[in-house]
Amino acid sequence: MSSELLKRRSVVARVLRDRGDTLVVTGLGNSSYDVAGTSDSAHNFYLWGAMGGAAVFGLGLARAQPGRRVLVITGDGEMLMGLGSLATVAVDAPANLGIVVLDNERFAETGMQATHTARGVDLAGIARAAGIADACLVRTADELERRMETLGAAKTTTFTVIKVSSEPNPTALPPRDGPYIRSRFREALLGAAAHR
Amino acid sequence: MSADWPTQIFEELKSADVRQVAFVPDAGHSQLIRLCEAEPTMHTVTLTTEEEGIAMLGGAWAGGQRGALLMQSSGVGNCINMLSLQQEYRMPLFALVTMRGDWGEFNPQQIPMGQSTGPVLEAAGVLVYRCDDAALMADTVRHAAALAFNTSRVVAVLIGQRVVGAKNFFK
Ligand SMILES: Cc1ncc(C[n+]2csc(CCOP(=O)(O)OP(=O)(O)O)c2C)c(N)n1
Ligand SMILES: [Mg+2]
Repeated sequence: MSSELLKRRSVVARVLRDRGDTLVVTGLGNSSYDVAGTSDSAHNFYLWGAMGGAAVFGLGLARAQPGRRVLVITGDGEMLMGLGSLATVAVDAPANLGIVVLDNERFAETGMQATHTARGVDLAGIARAAGIADACLVRTADELERRMETLGAAKTTTFTVIKVSSEPNPTALPPRDGPYIRSRFREALLGAAAHR
Repeated sequence: MSADWPTQIFEELKSADVRQVAFVPDAGHSQLIRLCEAEPTMHTVTLTTEEEGIAMLGGAWAGGQRGALLMQSSGVGNCINMLSLQQEYRMPLFALVTMRGDWGEFNPQQIPMGQSTGPVLEAAGVLVYRCDDAALMADTVRHAAALAFNTSRVVAVLIGQRVVGAKNFFK
């Protein structure tokens, strides 16, 4: 069963393959390691905490940068802590915001405890009920391909839950100095205005 | 003579170039919220819990826009862990907190959080300024916002119930 599940590193590599100048926000823990390990960039904002805040961090960023695509990549546990933020995002609905949840049905970072999604909670269904109409669940490589073909050109907020295996990956830590992460990001995005 | 204090706060937010305003409503903020919602240069977002606003305005500043978070003192209790975002990445956050559990309070349940609002924020490293006199509001807000955005610090202005007026439960 678990051998049929997608592998999170290759999922993230596919999601970010044609990212261009997309701004990427990562939820804490494994999601940030996946992004650092496959597509490190000054256009990545790695969160090392702020659990439950990744989607709304993406919302503020998307509103500040309406001309850029913003993609939040986070875990099921992180997203579950911010369920209310799905309502907030759904109501504001910036066209340039996408949220991808790497759903391993586990709090992997803290010892593989089962999350609510392992027990039937449907994150894509919650997002859709909150009003994010373009919300879907991806289980296979084919479904991932089809989803990725449309995601980059989406004209509304999107929400994509991708079921992934919980098997561990080689360590790929992003930088962890907060001021470095934010200055690298802001300089790449804003140039000299980053220091005004 | 001078405008009322919510209008003065609004003018200060505008001149500080605040572009995103996030809030869980408090009655004491209702006029300011209406002014911000009517202002085309400001994007307003209603939150389900105050901590969302901390993360949202972190994203806004990362993207080059300043924000303000409006909440009631009870909302401070929802924010503490999320504040480590601004603290650890050294990003500004400007919060306006209308006090409950304060001068003339009627509802006993507002007392514990209201009385610990200042100490809890300070324990989390937030720079806290209190305004209990409407005549000092514009000056307080202007300088607190300048401090936040000039030095990338987390700054909160606590607006006392003496200014807001105690909530009337007998309408
Ligand atoms: C407020 C808060 N509570 C708990 C933790 C501990 N914690 C760190 S990562 C994590 C699990 C994250 O799960 P998920 O987002 O599914 O990521 P995964 O490791 O499974 O990819 C938890 C509970 C924390 N960092 N912050
Ligand atoms: Mg998980």
